[in-house]
Amino acid sequence: MEDTIAAIATAPGESGIGIIRISGENSFDIINRIFKSKTKNKISQIDDRKLIYGHIYENGGIIDEVLVAYMKAPRTYTKEDVVEINCHGGIIAIRRILELILKNGVRLAEKGEFTKRAFLNGRIDLSQAEAVIDLISSKTDKGFDIALKQLEGNLSFSIQEIRDKLLQIIAHITVNIEYPDEDIEEITYNDLLSQINDILKRINYLIDSSETGKIIKEGLRTVIIGKPNVGKSSLLNALLKESRAIVTEIPGTTRDIIEEMLNINGIPLIIIDTAGIRETSDQVEKIGVEKTKETFNKGDVIIFILNAAEELTHEDFMIMELLKNKKAIILFNKTDLPVKCDIEEVRKKLVNKKIIYTSIKEGQGLKELEKTISDMVYTGQIRQDNNLFITNVRHKNLLEKSKNYIIDAVSMLKRKEALDFIEIDLRNAWESLGEIIGESITEDIIDEVFARFCLGK
Amino acid sequence: MAENFYIGKYDVIVVGAGHAGCEAALASARLGLKTIIFSINLEAIALMACNPSVGATGKAHLVREIDALGGEMGVNIDKASIQSRMLNTAKGPAVHSLRMQADKHIYHIEMKKVLERQNNLDLRQGEVTDIIVENQTVKGVITKTGAIYEAKAVIIATGTFLKGKIFIGEWSYEGGPSGLSPANDLSDNLKKHGISLRRFKTGTPARVDGKTLNYDKMLEQPGDKETIPFSFMNNYLHKSRVSCWLTYTNKETHTVILDNIKRSALYGGQIEGIGPRYCPSIEDKLVRFADKERHQLFIEPEGLNTDEVYVQGMSTSLPEDVQEKFYRTIPGLENVKFVRPAYAIEYDCIDPINLNLSLEHKKMKNLFCAGQFNGSSGYEEAAAQGLMAGINAAHKINGKAPFLLDRSEAYIGVLIDDLVTKGTNEPYRIMTSRAEYRLVLRQDNADLRLTEKGFKIGLISDDRYHKFLKKKEIIKQEMNRVETTYITPKDANPFLKKHNSSCVKNKVTILELLKRPEIKYSDLLEIDKDRPIIDDRISEQIEIQIKYSGYIEKQMQQIEKFKKLENKRLDPDLKYSEIQGLRIEAQQKLTNFRPLSVGQASRISGVSPADINVLLIHLEKERRKPKR
Repeated sequence: MEDTIAAIATAPGESGIGIIRISGENSFDIINRIFKSKTKNKISQIDDRKLIYGHIYENGGIIDEVLVAYMKAPRTYTKEDVVEINCHGGIIAIRRILELILKNGVRLAEKGEFTKRAFLNGRIDLSQAEAVIDLISSKTDKGFDIALKQLEGNLSFSIQEIRDKLLQIIAHITVNIEYPDEDIEEITYNDLLSQINDILKRINYLIDSSETGKIIKEGLRTVIIGKPNVGKSSLLNALLKESRAIVTEIPGTTRDIIEEMLNINGIPLIIIDTAGIRETSDQVEKIGVEKTKETFNKGDVIIFILNAAEELTHEDFMIMELLKNKKAIILFNKTDLPVKCDIEEVRKKLVNKKIIYTSIKEGQGLKELEKTISDMVYTGQIRQDNNLFITNVRHKNLLEKSKNYIIDAVSMLKRKEALDFIEIDLRNAWESLGEIIGESITEDIIDEVFARFCLGK
Repeated sequence: MAENFYIGKYDVIVVGAGHAGCEAALASARLGLKTIIFSINLEAIALMACNPSVGATGKAHLVREIDALGGEMGVNIDKASIQSRMLNTAKGPAVHSLRMQADKHIYHIEMKKVLERQNNLDLRQGEVTDIIVENQTVKGVITKTGAIYEAKAVIIATGTFLKGKIFIGEWSYEGGPSGLSPANDLSDNLKKHGISLRRFKTGTPARVDGKTLNYDKMLEQPGDKETIPFSFMNNYLHKSRVSCWLTYTNKETHTVILDNIKRSALYGGQIEGIGPRYCPSIEDKLVRFADKERHQLFIEPEGLNTDEVYVQGMSTSLPEDVQEKFYRTIPGLENVKFVRPAYAIEYDCIDPINLNLSLEHKKMKNLFCAGQFNGSSGYEEAAAQGLMAGINAAHKINGKAPFLLDRSEAYIGVLIDDLVTKGTNEPYRIMTSRAEYRLVLRQDNADLRLTEKGFKIGLISDDRYHKFLKKKEIIKQEMNRVETTYITPKDANPFLKKHNSSCVKNKVTILELLKRPEIKYSDLLEIDKDRPIIDDRISEQIEIQIKYSGYIEKQMQQIEKFKKLENKRLDPDLKYSEIQGLRIEAQQKLTNFRPLSVGQASRISGVSPADINVLLIHLEKERRKPKR
């Protein structure tokens, strides 16, 4: 029995339609769990090779409107049961659906794996086998390196740290199992529970911040927004430490969107400076505003600048309204001047958003802004969409897998099940984490046992 | 120079009569092959040269498996047992492990008797010095006294005898274990035939006079009240008759040892062999775990008819005067008299990656190897390999395919696959954590896993096999009964309340109730009125199989996956260098190693998952090629 695999079949990017392919004997079970058709309760044999319209659900909520094609083995590409989900293009929907499928016990396909199965199951001819081998061996040379490079830095370090902690626990249980007569304290359930809960917390934290790696790789799209003449271009310039945009005292002169790359604490930022959002009859101005709204929606994080020396305007309220569900940082600029703006009002409107007082002219508050941005990235508060996520989905999937093992271990601990059962789940979690960083050797456990405990005749 | 002479012709020659040699010789003879077993000294047959016990974690599992396959160790330890304990009873059934203290003399004499009375088996005292080789195939052996024995297969089970060297402090001399002579010539001869050897080391503590100990200062460690036998053929084991005793080292002990550490053979630099981490000498423990204030030791009797006791935990290579001095610092050992000093022993062995899974040497046809010679450690590990080597030598001679067990079938499979596929850098000990599928490979179900196989090989008698089938049938019937027997809430709820278990609203099966951790099969009798009278071993199976069915099923699924790669056979003559897409490193490793299956290939260090995919594609390509 081969496990069921899934992957995105269309090229990543902003295409109109995205296709996710699932292959393997559980394909139909899985699709029936997450897909509801308007007209049918369940997809069945009769629906072979038909497109069915419906929705993908997660926890009762709709993720996307989709067309599902159901293809019964053996007349499929892999000669296994295959399901293809046609969903809306764009990365968010397709990614959420893929993650949902993986959560239901499907494994993310390796590079070339559909083709490999097609070949092994007798679907494609010999000449094509060469191509499959090329695909697989290219993975050996490059693929894994790339995956590892993405992991450089904090994430891989954290995984290593969690694994080390797990290893210590496993070694302790192992020694209690293998050497029951030795003079070594039996690990207690309470102790174990608190240690494992700590590990669970760390894994959850990593899952939440699993986006970080991509942001570091791709750059954080940062939109600077605010009324004209509030200091947007000055901020960009201050961050760039060189004059790039035109800075004038006349409202509305920054009409083109300027993209600029800069680096804050190791995070590449793609800064997008914009014309302010405001209703205007001026055509040129309007293009700028339209573009701003568009860009606004693409940003990973939005820096909203307010003039502390002026009262809040209708435009500010409009922007605040739009910001409610976004990741945003609020700057009260021009604090070198007397404050006239109703700061409490802004706080009320934008609960839980970070507020920083700056005087860009005087260079005040910039350090705090930089720190806020990097904290948001490193703690995983910022989601980002990009086309490098396949490997990261793999990482996240493995993290989820180890999390589930840990959760099983916790519930067994609470039921006071025997230590050796708990050890099996802990070991599985340890191995899943190891797969992320390319390490999984059982001998490590035995080494740890003999390094830490004094045993023997 | 005297001329050699022909003296005999056998099917199988076993060199060495330790725990590996005895099982090998018995298996071969029982399979109808004319067999001879050599020992330097027949008083050393099945000699327990180190600890006076058999079993414990992982090892107990091996003993039960040996028994289920028709080996002798389980039967023999039952005869020699003077104390029995089930370890790890507070943990899950997969790690429950039986351990018995043995009367060493009884163990030896009973095994010797079994060998003597075995049809087709001859015993011979003598030292084998040469193997006879033609065309890289072994044809027989020559002894030190010039006798030439022809054979179709030879099994090497030399333990620690090969170029054995004893170390006691600054003193060292050529010697085998326990005052026996070493076997020096055979080592050189094997090397001459291209078999490369390496040095491993092990050690044993002193034996002391039990009359000189003060047991009042130690903690008694009695055996279990209820004892159960190792062998599935025995229904009864006599009660524990002796106790072991626990005491500890202290600061003074450690001072004596550390003051004299330079006089230890290990720290003086005389020993080149690699010792096992799991039985370090006491000086090793002190150096590596400097902050540990005390180390425990157990006093274990060597037998019923001797005052000698074994001092478990105090293995050392310090000189005798230091040994006595530090032993005497230990509570209860103040006036201890030594009978045999502790020693370290260094010996020649092979790197087991030179063996096939059948334990036949890759470069020398019909030469099989087992036990410490293969780099393992422990009586049970040795016996397991001996049994397999004996069966496979017989199969080879009879033109049958090798008998192999994989990692999902038995600890024996784990042991041999670890040795042969992964190799080892120290004397190898089995552990339950080495088994990926330990929930399935339990000691309680070894018979259910392996008796059938033993019967097919021909090592299980018809009578035993029929008893086994009957047991299986009763288990099946009872499983069926508990699955279909319902209890009404009226009957169930008072019982459930009594056992702190939640009540039921509808009728439930016995099986459902048994799944609850707090409900025991034996307790259920109260409401399970129609239960037939069944054996304890059968009710144990019912209980375990039902209570842990969720976990067991999960592992069965993993096993199914594992088997897929294991069942993809690789041609031993496969030209790996011609397979497109295999990395050079993998090509070399596979060419040298010649794995039997894709599964085995995947466990060779240096072979990546991508290489395995390439291999799979290659196999499929070959399969599709039109047959000529």
